[in-house]
Amino acid sequence: MAYLEVLGLRKAYATARGRTEVLGGVDLAVDEGEFVAVVGYSGSGKTTLVSLVAGLIAPDAGEIVLDGAPVTGPGPERGIVFQQYSLLPWLSVHDNVALAVDAVNPGRPARERRRLTEELIALVNLTPAAGKRPAQLSGGMRQRVAVARGLAMQPKVLLMDEPFSALDALTRASCQDHLLRIWGERRTTVILITNDVDEAILLADRIYPMTPGPGAVLGPAIEVGLPRPRARRHLSLEPAYQKARQAIVDFLRANRRVA
Amino acid sequence: MTHATVKKIVLPLLGVIAVLSLWTVLSQTVATDLPSPARTWRESRRYVLEPFFKDGEMNQGIGRLAFYSLVRVGKGFALALLLGTPVGFLLGLSRAFHQSFDPIVQFLRPISPLAWLPLGLVIFQKSEPAAIFTIALCAMWPTVINTAVGVRSISQDYLNVGRVLRLSRWKMLTKIVVPASLPYVFTGYRLSLGLAWLVIVAAEMLTGTPGVGGFLWQEYNSLVYSHIILSVVTIGVIGFLLDRLMGVVERRVRVA
Ligand SMILES: Nc1ncnc2c1ncn2[C@@H]1O[C@H](COP(=O)(O)OP(=O)(O)O)[C@@H](O)[C@H]1O
Ligand SMILES: [Mg+2]
Repeated sequence: MAYLEVLGLRKAYATARGRTEVLGGVDLAVDEGEFVAVVGYSGSGKTTLVSLVAGLIAPDAGEIVLDGAPVTGPGPERGIVFQQYSLLPWLSVHDNVALAVDAVNPGRPARERRRLTEELIALVNLTPAAGKRPAQLSGGMRQRVAVARGLAMQPKVLLMDEPFSALDALTRASCQDHLLRIWGERRTTVILITNDVDEAILLADRIYPMTPGPGAVLGPAIEVGLPRPRARRHLSLEPAYQKARQAIVDFLRANRRVA
Repeated sequence: MTHATVKKIVLPLLGVIAVLSLWTVLSQTVATDLPSPARTWRESRRYVLEPFFKDGEMNQGIGRLAFYSLVRVGKGFALALLLGTPVGFLLGLSRAFHQSFDPIVQFLRPISPLAWLPLGLVIFQKSEPAAIFTIALCAMWPTVINTAVGVRSISQDYLNVGRVLRLSRWKMLTKIVVPASLPYVFTGYRLSLGLAWLVIVAAEMLTGTPGVGGFLWQEYNSLVYSHIILSVVTIGVIGFLLDRLMGVVERRVRVA
């Protein structure tokens, strides 16, 4: 059994036109220390999948098992970087991260928690902005705070729901580079949700393409055969890159929603 | 003259002149008991130019009278916030509390200060606590309702952060619920202060306590009508200033 195992996950929402099934039996397996991406069109049910794994909503059927324990509700061992920057606007960068550090390390002395917080802020290169409020930061900086907060939860698996999709292309690239570096240092188990195929290939070890809903399912995982450490330059010229890209695009094309 | 000065200064000035003219015309035609603007000023100038003189309990400068009223309003307002804020949070947080007490809130809300005051006099026997009781009871509802609405409209994203972190109830309240609803709470406070100021006049008129409202009623009974106008203008100016002041506080909270 894999470190994180998702089996036959189903979820339907009640809408004005009756029930629509968003997820129609999602299977997913992630090993410890692995970086997995899920790619799909917007509206296919990716946030729904993340919310289920996070335990924020309950599935209609199926199960989620992390490190041998079934998921029954939210908890910091499944850290999450939300799609909208859900930083708390009334707290500084430092306090946003500290909230998570303090929540998961209640037994540790205050000095140590403070050091942990500062370390995480340094990790995302935001030490000079530690005292600022989220509203004073650029979109890219905010998402890096959100990443630091996610890591502060010391999660067994970090769930990232389209963390960079609201950013402009240049900022997005720089945020991806940050994430690549940080993951190289930490090797946290990650599930990255994205609608950007190139982002998925750059960052992930394996990629699950998602069919568009209703009744979305995940296609067979595609291995990204690119060595690590990776760098953005020339990566797209590698045959392994081209191969992974082609496989994903073919799957998404073949399963396009018939409009 | 630039377009901006016309809009900011000249037009409001025109409005004032129009009202003063209408007042003058009225005082000389249909309402001959109504003192004209000039006469009002003549008979009120001592109260305005020496705002803190005191010749007797009810014959004092307008600054002194306003001060008495403000202190009374301050006490009633403080009591309104002390009662209204927790009730608002409970209404917003607890479904059971909401179902038990929302009907009562809706029922108490429209009751006029004129109805509460005699009850206050019966309970407290003295006019001062009765007035404060009335102010608090009338002024607390916007705080109650806005706080409850603020709590109920907290973004699910913020609450989800707290859920993922498994924050304790206390931390959830202090770190997320209270700061997230603060802008609504302060809108409630601003509206409550406005109501408290509305109520003070009625309360002082009925209890005859010294203050702008008490002075107004006494001067009506002594047939010094120009002082009624003085009081009315004072009430308006102070009400306006209080609203502006709370508006500044409210905006500061919103930015945060
Ligand atoms: N709480 C909800 N109630 C009803 N429908 C929802 C709810 N959340 C999401 N949906 C619907 O489910 C579908 C998938 O949404 P979502 O998981 O957010 O997709 P994605 O993240 O891939 O864009 C969409 O059609 C959306 O409208
Ligand atoms: Mg989404």
